[in-house]
Amino acid sequence: MKNLVEVKNIKKNYGNNEAVKDISFNIKEDEILGLLGPNGSGKTTTIGMLLGLLKPTSGEILINGQKLDGNRIEILEQINFISPYIELPKKLTVKQNLTVYGKLYKINNINERIEFLSEKLRLGGLLNSITGELSSGQKNRVSLAKALINEPKVLLLDEPTASLDPEVGDFVRSFLEEYKKEKKISILLASHNMNEVTRLCKSILMMKDGIIIDKGNPEELISKHGRKNLEEVFLKLSRSKNELN
Amino acid sequence: MYGLFLRHFYLITRSFPRILDLVYWPTIQITLWGFISNFFATHTTYYNNAVGVILTCAILYDFLFRTSIGFNMLFLEEIWSRNFTNLFIAPMKIGEILTSLVATALIRALIGLIPAVLLTSPLFGISILDLGIFLFFLFLSLYLFGITLGILVSAGLLRYGPSFENIAWSTMFLLAPFGCIYYPIEILPEVFQKIAYLLPLVYIFEEARNILINQTVNIQNIYNAFMWNGVYFVLSIALFYYSFHVAKKKGTLINMGE
Repeated sequence: MKNLVEVKNIKKNYGNNEAVKDISFNIKEDEILGLLGPNGSGKTTTIGMLLGLLKPTSGEILINGQKLDGNRIEILEQINFISPYIELPKKLTVKQNLTVYGKLYKINNINERIEFLSEKLRLGGLLNSITGELSSGQKNRVSLAKALINEPKVLLLDEPTASLDPEVGDFVRSFLEEYKKEKKISILLASHNMNEVTRLCKSILMMKDGIIIDKGNPEELISKHGRKNLEEVFLKLSRSKNELN
Repeated sequence: MYGLFLRHFYLITRSFPRILDLVYWPTIQITLWGFISNFFATHTTYYNNAVGVILTCAILYDFLFRTSIGFNMLFLEEIWSRNFTNLFIAPMKIGEILTSLVATALIRALIGLIPAVLLTSPLFGISILDLGIFLFFLFLSLYLFGITLGILVSAGLLRYGPSFENIAWSTMFLLAPFGCIYYPIEILPEVFQKIAYLLPLVYIFEEARNILINQTVNIQNIYNAFMWNGVYFVLSIALFYYSFHVAKKKGTLINMGE
């Protein structure tokens, strides 16, 4: 499997504050990489750099073999992002929002794409609803449809199931598993839901204070740290001094 | 680009307060200034033979105000709706974003302008069309300056984040005294006159009064207005690109929507 995302020795400083300190990792196609870490560990900064919203102080990011620096537009066509901290315009209907983003991503057959996504994400009856009037679960599925409107090769997910009820959360996780398998895409999943990470990710990066302090698959990490589950591993690593650089 | 236009078009058509806001202020302004201009016409000799001068200048100023605020509103809407990040991770060049906003701002300003222009004739017996073909050049010049101010404020929002929002509302009020909208430039103190001559506004409004009162055209005023507009427009674009670059360094873009 080839690497769709290659992060090489990236650093990000805000003045004297080193938010990310020389991290490197890859994400293969058909892989979900979990990005874990306490608040302020550098996860959001790392995602910001992958999205081209932040310029690394040093280092290099390649998406599908292309350097992000100098190819921003071409790369943005191939990636997308979902986060509970960003929303779609509330006054527009679901279909209007998806149409707007279909146009922005230069999708040729927008109506077909919306139809496909609305079927997959159970949005059929919501297309003419006002986005701001939807429930959290419905808004989440609409945001996911927006994030998939351009058939991204790389999908960045920042707490994609935060504030969802267990049923909708399970639906979203099952959908992501199926979609990744079908389209062979790479997914970076930043989440504080350890059950979700255990279920979806074969590989995990643990970040703290801007560095990767540990990595591996969930079973390996649980066994290595002698804990019962990933949440306990997370707590141990979050509270301990940095173990691995 | 069409996608971004659609995003704002959908928003306007879905929100009655937004449509009302587009029409309400220009109408109130024109009505208010219409009565003021009538008052001056009957109480001063300066405006004795040109009742429509103040009203015409009010319409021109309002067009400038609408264009500038309209541009800022488009940008602020994205911040308020927490959609900002979505837009800046879409594969759009900065030039495409600016072009979409510039075109949408024009449509917004025209939606406000047309009812105001139509009202002046039945209410006050005055037509702004008395400015003739040069009206087009005056509007074009005002539009250019309006979007230039909009781009400058948006550059500030990119660089400093939502805290720059209040500047968006005050820009036009700050510049108004130097614009010599309702009075000749000679009224200003000498130091202010020097500043005023560096702005396109003074040439535009001087020329509007010149055409209406003296029935003559001074092409030099129109030329000067376009020259200064060109200078400020290029500077504003350069500053917007610079602010985008700085925002990527400082992280403003990723925090904007939160």
